[in-house]
Amino acid sequence: MSVILLLILASLTVGLIFLGAFIWSVRSGQYEDTLTPAMRMLTDEPSEKISKTNSKLK
Amino acid sequence: MVSLFFCIAYLIVLNGQSMPQLKSQLQNKEARQYRQGCGCCHCGEPCPADSFSLDAKLFCCFGCQTVYKLLHENGLQQFYELNSRPGVRIRSECAVAKWAFLDDPALQEKLFDYTDQTRAKVTLHLPTIHCVACVWLLENLFKLHPGIGHSQVNFSRREAAITFAPDKIKFSELVALLASIGYEPQLTFGETEKAAPSPWRKKAWLQIGLAGFAFGNIMLMSLPFYFGLNSFNGGWFKPLAGFLSLAFALPVVTYSAWDFWQAAWLSLRQRTLTLEVPIVTGLAAIYLTSAYDVFLQRGPGYCDSLTGLIFFLLCGRLFQKKTYDRLTFDRDYKGFFPLSVVRKNSGGEASVAISQLQTGDHLILRNGELLPADAKLVSGEACLDYSFVTGESEPVGCAAGGHLFAGGRQVGGAIEVETVKPVAQSYLATLWNNEAFRKHSDRDLDSQTNRYSKRFTKIVVGIALAAAVFWIFRDAAKSLKAFTSVLIVACPCALALAAPLTHGTAQRLLARLKIFLKNALVVERMAGVDTIVLDKTGTLTCADARGVEFMNAERGKRKAETGLTADEMNRIGSLARHSTHPKSVRIAKAFSFTVLPVAGFKETPGCGIEGEVAGHRILLGSPAWLAKCGISTGDKINDTMSVAVALDGEFSGAFKFENSLRPEVAQLIAQLGGRFELALLSGDNEREAARFQKLFGDRAILKFNQSPADKLNFIRELQQRCKKVMMVGDGLNDAGALKQADVGVAVVEQIGFFSPASDVILDAAELPRLAKVLKFSRSAAQVVRAGFVISALYNVVGVSIAAAGLLSPMVCAILMPLSSASVVVFSCGTTAWLGRRLQVQKLPVGSSVRPNLQNSTFKIQPIIEEAV
Repeated sequence: MSVILLLILASLTVGLIFLGAFIWSVRSGQYEDTLTPAMRMLTDEPSEKISKTNSKLK
Repeated sequence: MVSLFFCIAYLIVLNGQSMPQLKSQLQNKEARQYRQGCGCCHCGEPCPADSFSLDAKLFCCFGCQTVYKLLHENGLQQFYELNSRPGVRIRSECAVAKWAFLDDPALQEKLFDYTDQTRAKVTLHLPTIHCVACVWLLENLFKLHPGIGHSQVNFSRREAAITFAPDKIKFSELVALLASIGYEPQLTFGETEKAAPSPWRKKAWLQIGLAGFAFGNIMLMSLPFYFGLNSFNGGWFKPLAGFLSLAFALPVVTYSAWDFWQAAWLSLRQRTLTLEVPIVTGLAAIYLTSAYDVFLQRGPGYCDSLTGLIFFLLCGRLFQKKTYDRLTFDRDYKGFFPLSVVRKNSGGEASVAISQLQTGDHLILRNGELLPADAKLVSGEACLDYSFVTGESEPVGCAAGGHLFAGGRQVGGAIEVETVKPVAQSYLATLWNNEAFRKHSDRDLDSQTNRYSKRFTKIVVGIALAAAVFWIFRDAAKSLKAFTSVLIVACPCALALAAPLTHGTAQRLLARLKIFLKNALVVERMAGVDTIVLDKTGTLTCADARGVEFMNAERGKRKAETGLTADEMNRIGSLARHSTHPKSVRIAKAFSFTVLPVAGFKETPGCGIEGEVAGHRILLGSPAWLAKCGISTGDKINDTMSVAVALDGEFSGAFKFENSLRPEVAQLIAQLGGRFELALLSGDNEREAARFQKLFGDRAILKFNQSPADKLNFIRELQQRCKKVMMVGDGLNDAGALKQADVGVAVVEQIGFFSPASDVILDAAELPRLAKVLKFSRSAAQVVRAGFVISALYNVVGVSIAAAGLLSPMVCAILMPLSSASVVVFSCGTTAWLGRRLQVQKLPVGSSVRPNLQNSTFKIQPIIEEAV
């Protein structure tokens, strides 16, 4: 019977981790624009140069 | 319960954009472009025979070829692979000098999101963004200039956030670069005062996420009790589940349901009973009863129902809060004014921001430029088009020293004016000082739901008290339980969902028809309308191809098609399509022609255009200009509105323009006339009074020569006679009336471009549907009422059980979701069915004539409509 206690604890931990991830994703603005990322993924080339250019500016 | 969960999940998906939908839309666009045949490789417009070519590709103009070359040189050729002919034709000159005023530090401070020593970040509104390729190109902007860093596009808002190094590329150069590849930022006076976007969306998602999390986990722990699994009943499990549930439910009741508490408090302070009052009473009753049960170990509590209730309420609320990022419903005159104007100073001319204008400044206005402040004419031939402000379509001339009003657009050569009033005190701006613009809509409090909830709350409290009193004499212990049980079960979740879901569904369906509603409550206000006031110019009439007539000098007045030979049409059309002047555009649209190459094209602003087509010299322009060029136009044509044509140096006739009635308008007025009281307001003079009186019938009120303030007052008078008024208008001149009216409908030629503040933005081509839309909104109101009846039936059952003191968590967990689910299914289903009937009845072919893509000035057709 005490195994149920373990299961509850495990499931709650997982649940809370995902709740934290959700809160982080909302706060970082991932829900602000849901249309453009869907279009962005249609273009193949990863824009690897962006990070370089950004560091150049600094 | 599970079915309800899927219902809500489905609604949430509807709210976003599903991938298959997006892909199919993209494919449609490509297929459509493919069918158009070969045109310019960059922008897809038809190419003349001697067009520019590079790499075996054809271009319609030098500008398109330049962009193609620029992109190729910088390794951005993928732009052309992502979408066929994705470019935008560049129509205005993109000299850096035009943007020089943007380097003013004070202005930059207002426009930039962020600056430091080496970097600056700015968010620009680029209305020409229209496809995947645009997003890709703008996000690879850094390849075009070493001074540009990261850029990120928000497609639905048509915005790009660009980081750049101001010491490597000046802001004016950045804007010029964007303009040179076809993405000219929209920089209006209003942009400098933009408010930060409200964070409600973030908060709404957090609240829903928290409620959903708690709901799921509490359900998990409550399941054993539902199925009566007795092995779980003993020992420590029951109190553990109870306390955990209470802990999870606490943030949901406080944080997630915060808006309900706030609204209920507000409504109590205003001494009304909105629906939030019984909701929070129910929430409090459920939570306190659960706590009581758990602490005294009497049962598992009602936390599962409680969190589920809040979760569904929040979902319904989010569903109702559909907004259209691309559209602005609250725009004042500042959104129409440019950011800068050319000021004359001692050294010469310089662009200056409008916010820095002072009384007494001398300004230079060129053809097509807008006068931002009331002014006095100093020199030049002023001919101002006030159609923007008054609706009067004929330009008004003015002698030197004469007074000119803000909002006028100069037609013709450059003029010099002296400002006499600050921008904010101009004739146009004073309209926004009217109290109609200051009041906030208290009307929303008087919604169908709130009227119903007043009676509902009183009845529920009455029954709860009656049950308590009844039990106190028989079984005192049951008295409190009966009282709280009634409050719990009567918590009007289903009732609260009926209106948001019906209105939200209606709003989405209408958006598919290019009828955009500011918020879902507008559906309800539309249902109550009994008087419709229409504007004339630009709303009922429009300047399109059908109003163009060619008056042949020899053969007399004819239609455009028959007054000219095919060869002449080809030549005139080919010449006219080179100019963006509204009259040239109308001529080019008026008949079909084969595009021929034009040599030596020259446009003289305010006068006309000339060029050589197939060896024939053609002049199109004002009769006075032709006379100046040595071509006699005779006595027949002497008005300023005509465009005279000279072929090979000989006058051959003139085009005349009239505003024609939009298609199907007569039918629409006939449909509306039966049910509504109609009125027509026009800034125009009375020359067409008889025609419109006949159209509207004898009962309708027709008023001409109306100023913007007159229109506003007319609406107010109607409202004082207890009329619910819908105003249908288009220009800034209707802005006051649109705001004052119960429902303001702005008719626009192109969705996403400027429209005055209003409740509804309607694509002009959909105007004939107005009668059906109004009928649809009345049906939606009936659906809401039917939803109330359904939820009331559940309440009768629930309250009977509760008043008998028999309510258990199990009954509650079944009854509450069931009532919500049936209301969700009923509201959405019935509204969607009604909406389908609305769409099936397609408009007759004649009315769906859209400007021919080949000849239109704007190619920009947003391909991915916002998710509806």
